[in-house]
Amino acid sequence: MSEISPAEWTAILLSVRVAVIATLVATPFGIALAWLLARRDFWGKAVVDAAIHLPLVLPPVVTGYLLLLTFGRRGLVGAWLADHLGIVFAFRWTGAALACGVMSFPLLVRPIRLSIEAIDRRLEQAAGTLGAAPWRVFATVTLPLALPGVLAGMVLGFAKAIGEFGATITFVSNIPGETQTISSAIYSLIQTPDGDTAAARLVIISIVIAMGALIASEWFARRALRRLHGN
Amino acid sequence: MLRVDITKQLGEFSLEASFESQGRVTGLFGASGAGKTSLINIIAGLLRPDRGTIALDGDVLDDTSTRIHVPPHRRRIGYVFQDARLFPHLDVRQNLDYGRRMNRLAEDPAQHTRVTELLDIGHLLDRRPGQLSGGERQRVALGRALLSKPRLLLLDEPLGSLDESRKVEILPYLVRLRDEGIPMVYVSHDAAELRQLATQIVMLQRGRVTALGGVKVLT
Repeated sequence: MSEISPAEWTAILLSVRVAVIATLVATPFGIALAWLLARRDFWGKAVVDAAIHLPLVLPPVVTGYLLLLTFGRRGLVGAWLADHLGIVFAFRWTGAALACGVMSFPLLVRPIRLSIEAIDRRLEQAAGTLGAAPWRVFATVTLPLALPGVLAGMVLGFAKAIGEFGATITFVSNIPGETQTISSAIYSLIQTPDGDTAAARLVIISIVIAMGALIASEWFARRALRRLHGN
Repeated sequence: MLRVDITKQLGEFSLEASFESQGRVTGLFGASGAGKTSLINIIAGLLRPDRGTIALDGDVLDDTSTRIHVPPHRRRIGYVFQDARLFPHLDVRQNLDYGRRMNRLAEDPAQHTRVTELLDIGHLLDRRPGQLSGGERQRVALGRALLSKPRLLLLDEPLGSLDESRKVEILPYLVRLRDEGIPMVYVSHDAAELRQLATQIVMLQRGRVTALGGVKVLT
């Protein structure tokens, strides 16, 4: 187990950047959807719920291929974004972040939704009688009480994003320095003669990151309980 | 003056109430299940009547014929719930200040001092709701509602979740509150409590108003 090589460092830092951006961008959408699913009844709710969970059950290669069809250079959304906003996903690290965001979305939404469902709605009613308009009730009561759940969802989503492989490699390939994350680096290394030691180093690093995320997530969940009891 | 004339169907239960109250403290008296809480939830705007009107000091808050329904946060009606409902993530000071912030009222240190002294909660300001006794929680809830400067204060069995000794502890505060002059609607199934506090009684039985008048109707 010698030193981590520069190429491995590149993959590690890229993975972290991709996962951080994916999580930060996905979180506001995750909170909005979690709130809708927890607190509103609307037509097509079951479909929305299923669609969010789809990346969890679909083969990742299918999700990656669908992303390629939609967000690739010639994809419907991809072409429009490239022409009008100059945002390109195909074979860029941004595409890796998109793939990771989509794949980790169900894991991000679930704890947020559960924590919103656990909030006593009578507290929100009380806030209303004290003069708080609905959006201020959300900002001052619902969101702060759900915050530990939001953080837990972010940690879980981050852990999933940093380990994502199938959808990422299908959508943006495996380009060192641009789209080669830890997972795709491990994949390349185990197909290379003498790559075993380097692969083992990266494997250990991913285990450490995943364990850290799970422990942090558990800690946030316990804090959520305490917070709801007001101690 | 509070004017109520509404009907509301809640599953099997039907509520039909019509009364006017001029009194400083209107006691809403009835057994559990008589519809008292539903009625004050309608006054607060948390429930919408199926038909009828609610007006406070000439201000129409609900009128089903013209589709008026003022949402709870614009009614300026304070509500003290039986279970206090303090915000668990805020300390007592922040709970007390919540209504002022939400109504965008200027800070009023004199009023703040008066209310905390009136209710004897000055020493609790830095505590979290989880560290308060039931009686303390209820006093903070009273203070929180008062400090939002409501036009009317609704109290739903504020002593209901407390044991006998705690009730005796809170009652004097409620008497002081009455003498503050904010009109109140006080819900209770305890005639003795209402005799001490109310200036006018609305008696509710199985969703209907069966008696109106002074505290004499409680005999």
